[in-house]
Amino acid sequence: MAPEATPQNAVVRFFERIGSMAQGLFEEVGRFFYILHSTLYWTFHRPFDGAQWLRQMVRVGVDSLPVVGLTAMFTGMVMALQTYRGFERFHAEGFVGSVVSLSLTRELAPVLTALMLAGRIGSSLAAELGTMRVTEQIDALYAMATEPLHYLVVPRVAATTLMLPPLVALADGLGIFGGYAVSVGLLGANPVIYWEKTFQFLDLNDVFSGLIKAGVFGLILSVTGCAKGFFTTGGAEGVGRATTAAVVMSSVVILLSDFFLTKILF
Amino acid sequence: MADDTTAAAPLAGDPIAGDGTTPKIAVIDVWKSFAGKEVLRGIDLEVTTGESLVIVGGSGAGKSVLLKHLIGLIQPDRGHIVVDGEDLTCAEPAVCLAMRKKFGMSFQEGALFDSMSVFENVAFALRRHTRMREDEIAARVHECLAMVHLEDVDAKMPGQLSGGMRRRVGFARAIALQPEILLFDEPNTGLDPITSAAIDKVIVEMRDSLPVTMVTITHDMSSAFRIADRVAMLREGRILAVAPPEQFRVLPDQYIQKFLAGEPLEEEEVA
Repeated sequence: MAPEATPQNAVVRFFERIGSMAQGLFEEVGRFFYILHSTLYWTFHRPFDGAQWLRQMVRVGVDSLPVVGLTAMFTGMVMALQTYRGFERFHAEGFVGSVVSLSLTRELAPVLTALMLAGRIGSSLAAELGTMRVTEQIDALYAMATEPLHYLVVPRVAATTLMLPPLVALADGLGIFGGYAVSVGLLGANPVIYWEKTFQFLDLNDVFSGLIKAGVFGLILSVTGCAKGFFTTGGAEGVGRATTAAVVMSSVVILLSDFFLTKILF
Repeated sequence: MADDTTAAAPLAGDPIAGDGTTPKIAVIDVWKSFAGKEVLRGIDLEVTTGESLVIVGGSGAGKSVLLKHLIGLIQPDRGHIVVDGEDLTCAEPAVCLAMRKKFGMSFQEGALFDSMSVFENVAFALRRHTRMREDEIAARVHECLAMVHLEDVDAKMPGQLSGGMRRRVGFARAIALQPEILLFDEPNTGLDPITSAAIDKVIVEMRDSLPVTMVTITHDMSSAFRIADRVAMLREGRILAVAPPEQFRVLPDQYIQKFLAGEPLEEEEVA
């Protein structure tokens, strides 16, 4: 028989809901750190599967080039378009190159590349591992005396963490080039002044800190994707849920950690 | 063999002490529950070296959960799983992983790696756990595939195979490392009677030609009688009886007789 709908019951239900949300949050955090810890542990164990690492690096790095390149280039172009029109009002067009290069290297290239890869790689990691879980392929690995975290998760996390910085470096270059193309080609800025201002205020630390951010974001999105996939339950529907959750969670965690990383690094 | 007929079989010898009568696998008072629902409720079972034990039972009786306990894929809440005198439930994860090399397991739908070809699936454990050369691996893979009557399927992907073929590739993959124990999870489920009989034939051939101990779970009684040395009935998380096929058929238990005849339970008999 259903309990009577009294104010006391409503209060109990309210606290039950808060309790279950808190429990869910702790479970998610626990799974993330379990996968992170296990990945670090198994990375230094034999056998070292070089072919798998290479395959995953191609998948994360080479296959992501078009989407990362396009995103970075158009972001640089829009940045130049927006800032040029704004700076024009107080005759500071010469500083467009500085603004584009600084904002891209320190912030936009790492964050946007990571968000694009959260959609492209984080989701596919969750879907791939989730499908393997629900079709018992992960159990089959255990049954063949193979630790799935070692065989499946380590190469995927390592490849994503290692490939994000080079992708972001490329995004930096393409974004700056996009800004240059729009400023000089479309808006008639002086090319010499544009390059001079681009590099006048750009420090190597700006680039390096962006690349450090990129590595951390790569670790976050790959561990989140693997954790969501590895602990998938509930068949095809569960795989769908895991895939969506992987993208949402890794995007949110990337944006949150971006604040703290920026505070620490700059 | 008449003494083999038991309602909760007492264990011969001390499986942990290893006193010479040690069974290959001993399941000792194993309990397991998921989300508050008890699935296994004090299972006691032993499998002697070289025998083929078939565990039968209805849907939701806990058969798959029990099988996954045997290989350490699931840890019991209480009780012990002892393999060759070694307690899997107390073992370190690394020891558990190494112990699994003694096992070969075939999964319900094959659980083949769908990103790999048939050849790569069967060769997986050989590449991972042995130092065999590629030509030796190829020879072993073909030997395993021949044992399950599959030829010219090396390059095919799992998605291109029929259900029966997938199961047989799963068998070939399970025997590749020459395991001491073979576990079959519902090998006939979803197959037509002719394919199902062909699968049973392959299992019987493996039982007769390989030096292995086999544990199979199924709800298909005709299949169970074809491949079993002993049959165990699991009901509501408990072992109801264990007996050789000819004695199992005539056990007086009402539930077993209804299960054999495929008759529905009376309302008061339903759990």
